Amino acid sequence: MIEVSDLTVRFGGVIPLDGMSVSFERGTCGLIGPNGAGKTTFFNVLSGFVKPVSGQITAFGEDLLKMAHYRRARWGVRRTFQTEQAIEELSVYDNVAMIHEHSKVTGKSRREDVLGAIDFVKLGVNPNAKVGTLGAAERRLVEVARAVVGKPRLVLLDEPAAGLPDEETALLSEVIQAIPEHMGALVILVDHDMSLVSSCCEVTAVLDFGKLIASGPTAEVLRDEQVMRAYLGTEEVAA
Amino acid sequence: MKTESSAGTVPPSSDGPNGGMARGSARRLEPRSLVRPGVIAVLVLCYLLFIPSIFRLYYVDAWTQVTIYSIVTLGLGVLVGRVGMVSLGQGAVLAMGAWVAARLLFATGLPFPIVLLAAGLITMVLGTLVGLPALRMSGLYLALITLMLAGAITLVLQNINFPNGGHGFTGYNGASVHIPPIRRPSIATTDPAFFRYSVVAAIVMFLLVLVHLRGKPGRAWAAIRQSESAALAGGINTTLYKLWAFALASFITGVAGGLVAGSYRYLNSLTFTTQDSITLLAVVLMGGAYSMTGAVVAAILLKFLQALLNDWGVSPDWLTILFGIGVLQVLTTAPRGIVEQMPKDLARLWRLLRRLGGRPAAAREQAQ
Repeated sequence: MIEVSDLTVRFGGVIPLDGMSVSFERGTCGLIGPNGAGKTTFFNVLSGFVKPVSGQITAFGEDLLKMAHYRRARWGVRRTFQTEQAIEELSVYDNVAMIHEHSKVTGKSRREDVLGAIDFVKLGVNPNAKVGTLGAAERRLVEVARAVVGKPRLVLLDEPAAGLPDEETALLSEVIQAIPEHMGALVILVDHDMSLVSSCCEVTAVLDFGKLIASGPTAEVLRDEQVMRAYLGTEEVAA
Repeated sequence: MKTESSAGTVPPSSDGPNGGMARGSARRLEPRSLVRPGVIAVLVLCYLLFIPSIFRLYYVDAWTQVTIYSIVTLGLGVLVGRVGMVSLGQGAVLAMGAWVAARLLFATGLPFPIVLLAAGLITMVLGTLVGLPALRMSGLYLALITLMLAGAITLVLQNINFPNGGHGFTGYNGASVHIPPIRRPSIATTDPAFFRYSVVAAIVMFLLVLVHLRGKPGRAWAAIRQSESAALAGGINTTLYKLWAFALASFITGVAGGLVAGSYRYLNSLTFTTQDSITLLAVVLMGGAYSMTGAVVAAILLKFLQALLNDWGVSPDWLTILFGIGVLQVLTTAPRGIVEQMPKDLARLWRLLRRLGGRPAAAREQAQ
């Protein structure tokens, strides 16, 4: 459960997020919008890389904006990046273990957790292989494994299917759909692939020019006239 | 091909010049993974035992310098290669270590290893201060500001002079006619013995760094070097780990400073110059900043070549030109340095020789 109210971000004269208010309940939620709508900026605010000028974010009852950025991962905010950021120098195992050792996880052994996450994303490679030797789809999966290892609460996926062929996207879609149930986390998925979004997400929110223009069940939102206009680039309709 | 794995739960993947990435799942159990550490241990042991009997005293001293400076290049390698922070202040950090050690050796009767440890710890604090700008800037700006700091530190040390057995805080006695040499450990007063003492100290420092690289800090550094935002998103306190890298590099450089004090026996304001810091970076890049073997190669370039040229009566100033060309070559064609380029070049040369040797035989066969 995450509640965002009146979130505004300003970079000089540019306002990528303009009084955005939205709430995501549970499961996998979609966040879509044309390029430059503010999706990645929203993720950067959640990760703590960008400080908003105003607004509030409450995640599972806690004020997220008060947390130092590196502590958020410890608390449970995980993300993947638009340009995949798995650490090339390290092995698959170390990539995932690194996140685990910087988050507060008690109970099961690290090895079990890490191998479990690698299994979960159906990454069929040797955990000792260096990430630098893997292909694009495998690296994506390593990044997703990093995002789900341990006890994630909020998993942010920023265009995970970008540049992947259709078969790989289908596999990735299965993995994404399984995250809420198996890992108990709320997933927010940003992607331009509408078939991926509609197969993964029950609800979807739409951003345009930093404002929320629609939110609700995915199928309805995708039929929404305003959303179509935002994507097709016609003039803004008076609400 | 990586000669050294930056960090990991498993041993380095490549053992030979042509060893690629091993992909077998049971790699940690393969006897091959024990070959490399074994070979290194034997080489180090031979180095420790036989150098003093093979070489004459002049070169034994040169190898002592190589050993000590390999610790310094290792520290700079950690900063540049592992974390991606270019520091041009390590020469000054070394000078601080030497100063502190010399001061302690004159003023107290503490055993030499304790003095080394103390010099390391005090230098660690001072060197971490030099690293503070790294939290705000990177790349060229960090390099410039650390160079400025190095210049300032070198100036201060030149003005207060190096301790020579005098009294007061600086321990400098300008009027003294008879200057006592800096004390050496009682078990290593002769040059060959001090060589071995330095090798043992260097082994300890290399192991200390290895433990770091294979553990949590090594993984965090690898993440920071590739992408700071990915590291932050992974819960890594980048401020802490950057300072940690500076602390580690400064600690081992401080210990090396103590060994320099013991090996030179007389330090003066000309022993350390600001230019040293730049030369250090040059040889580290040439040797290979991404591996521990690279640190050894860098130290050989820095100190053994110098001794060789001195012995032949050639001005060691030529090295500056050589290093300049070397850095250009490394940056343009071999970014991972000599340690990774040499095996590739040798393999290429070997293939070429085999082809040249094999051709006449093949030609004969065809003729028949």
